[in-house]
Amino acid sequence: MNTLIRNGEIVDDGWQWIDAGEADLSVRLAAGGRFVLPLAAWLVHRASLDPACAGVWLGPDDEPESVLPWLADIPLIAIRFPVFTDGRGYSLARLLRTRHGYTGELRAVGDVLRDQLYFLQGCGFDAFQLRADQCPEEALAAFQDYSWAPLSGR
Amino acid sequence: MYLYNQTDQRLVDDRVVQFRDQMTRFLDGRLDEDSFRPLRLQNGLYVQRHAPMLRVAIPYGTLASHQLRKLADIARRHDRGYGHFTTRSNIQYNWVRLEEAPDILAELATVQMHAIQTSGNCIRNITTDQFAGVAADELFDPRPYCEIVRQWSTLAPEFLFLPRKFKIAISGGAEDRAAVRFHDIGASARVAADGRIGFEIFVGGGLGRTPMVGKTLKGFLPREELLNYFEAILRVYNRYGRRDNKYKARIKILVKDLGLEGFAKEVEDEWAWSRGGPATLTEQSFVDMEAFFARADYAPAAADDPGYRQALQGSRAFARWVERNVAPHRADGYAIVTLSLKKTGAPPGDATAEQMDGVADLAERFSAGEIRVSHEQNLVLPHVARKDLPALWEGARALGLATPNIGLLTDLVCCPGGDFCSLANARSIPVAAAIQQRFDNLDYQFDLGPLELNMSGCVNACGHHHIGHIGILGVDKNNEEWYQVTIGGREGAAAALGKVIGPSFAAGQIPGVIERLLEVYLAARHEGEIFIDAVERIGLEPFKARVYGGAA
Ligand code: HEM
Ligand code: SF4
Repeated sequence: MNTLIRNGEIVDDGWQWIDAGEADLSVRLAAGGRFVLPLAAWLVHRASLDPACAGVWLGPDDEPESVLPWLADIPLIAIRFPVFTDGRGYSLARLLRTRHGYTGELRAVGDVLRDQLYFLQGCGFDAFQLRADQCPEEALAAFQDYSWAPLSGR
Repeated sequence: MYLYNQTDQRLVDDRVVQFRDQMTRFLDGRLDEDSFRPLRLQNGLYVQRHAPMLRVAIPYGTLASHQLRKLADIARRHDRGYGHFTTRSNIQYNWVRLEEAPDILAELATVQMHAIQTSGNCIRNITTDQFAGVAADELFDPRPYCEIVRQWSTLAPEFLFLPRKFKIAISGGAEDRAAVRFHDIGASARVAADGRIGFEIFVGGGLGRTPMVGKTLKGFLPREELLNYFEAILRVYNRYGRRDNKYKARIKILVKDLGLEGFAKEVEDEWAWSRGGPATLTEQSFVDMEAFFARADYAPAAADDPGYRQALQGSRAFARWVERNVAPHRADGYAIVTLSLKKTGAPPGDATAEQMDGVADLAERFSAGEIRVSHEQNLVLPHVARKDLPALWEGARALGLATPNIGLLTDLVCCPGGDFCSLANARSIPVAAAIQQRFDNLDYQFDLGPLELNMSGCVNACGHHHIGHIGILGVDKNNEEWYQVTIGGREGAAAALGKVIGPSFAAGQIPGVIERLLEVYLAARHEGEIFIDAVERIGLEPFKARVYGGAA
């Protein structure tokens, strides 16, 4: 997996990403480790996995309402940006953080570019898996793009 | 006027640094075209037919003299000596050089200005009534609320990548001069029976390809809930607005698809938990904001000044100008003056650097250093003592800005069209010029009375053609420029969309077509009845018959 920026630092990601519709999922899961599952699969396999090792990822169409009953125990929620101009993930993040009080890791994945980091962070993301062509070291500077705190996003 | 605090200033300064870095990365190839486009658009930079175009935000249309001088300075040094004021009360420079854009933004930041929120799929620059705070007929001053919403929406991180652009207008009530029913959100001042201050909220209005009149989403929203409620609307839109087709991506389509009730239910649900929450506005925030806009320093002025009365009697030209270009002010002895950017022969809404400097001077001498931009593309001096009107008139005349045509036929609204805009089907500026030339006669215009003519070079409707009493739309037929004519549109409380009168015309026919429309009106009007009211009374048929000779 690619490197990850978490809480302003470049770290190795210890999570395995499961794509939607992946074959032989049960076999893979049985091999052990920490997984980020697509919402549908997470709902199916959640009960049989150690909660601390079962993250979930949401696409822009997914309703976060479906994970609410277990929210307090979810260690990682990833929100996928199919293209960076699809802003739905920003609202999902705000909803999870504010309305629903989620406190675990909130990770932006997919078409995540340096120039969006500041604003993603403003919506509650604390981890960022950059698009492959982005340079993580350069991207770190993005958190200093502004020295002001937006009025919205409180 | 509002003055930036440290936070505002830091934001625009940071923004300049950020954009300079983005531009550098783009120019040296580290940022590809597709990634750069939304970033430059977030800074008002378009690429147009001939050159890049920079759109600078004029929040709720208010400028100080030193800001207008800076705009003149930029026009001179970075453009060809002029700028275009738009129907969204911004200014556009048509001939900037791409690589100079960061320098221009840096210049703007020195006078508390920027180009954020002038394009892209974000919450755009907030607009209001150009007479806000001084109009004799308003319920309360909408500008403190405009500023609150401006601060909230500027780079609001959640709403930078909406399905489509999002336009908010806020007006002070009574008479709507901000076209609130033609915005994604419109807010109109209301005072409840118990004296509470708030707004009626309209949603889903807009022009463009699918014109719609906004509907009332909430009859009365208490002012302290303004941001909670707007945020709820925006969140519902951001999550559920269509993203598969940009022609169906505006909030009006979502409102239509869910139905007003269905949409309102989603918003209520979202608002239910934020209501009374941390973003609720406090009494203190209103008091603080109102202090910026309060003007206690009107020198007492006589309601009736002898010099002014003499000038009125002595000069027909001055009297005419007062009749059309001077509006009642809330303070005794004061007036609101509109400087016309619609002189025949000059592209509507354009001002030269010399004119901008001149207006800045006039504002300093006669209007407490303040200028407004109207959505009819004129400039307004909001605080003029009546006794100064003759001197102001002379000054405006010297600048070519005293055409006494406000609200008349030649005060037409017009987008840049095919001369500049790459989306255009047809040119609009030459057609506007032909209309102005044909109807330049002031006696004729005064006799016609109030008449709004709006023209757009394509269906995007930047010139608001749907709400012109007469609307002209450029269309493309086999790669030729044609013009479709509508009548019966209007803004304000009785807002309506114009109806097409029939097949479209070549450019050269347009002045003649308008002449025939006006002939029908002149023949049919009752005493004191204005054009649009006559259209509503007698319907389209007589107009069609006259224009198409019954053959249409
Ligand atoms: C020259 C560059 C311009 C471009 C590329 C442009 C593009 C567009 C587009 C694509 C729309 C339609 C949006 C939609 O329906 O979703 C639109 C709407 C609009 N534009 Fe422009 N425009 C330009 C200049 C202007 C100017 C100069 C003005 C003011 C005179 C203006 C004012 C507006 C307004 C008021 C609307 C609102 C119509 C609505 O409610 O959708 N634009 N513009
Ligand atoms: S109406 Fe069309 S031609 Fe006119 S400015 Fe807008 S996009 Fe361009």
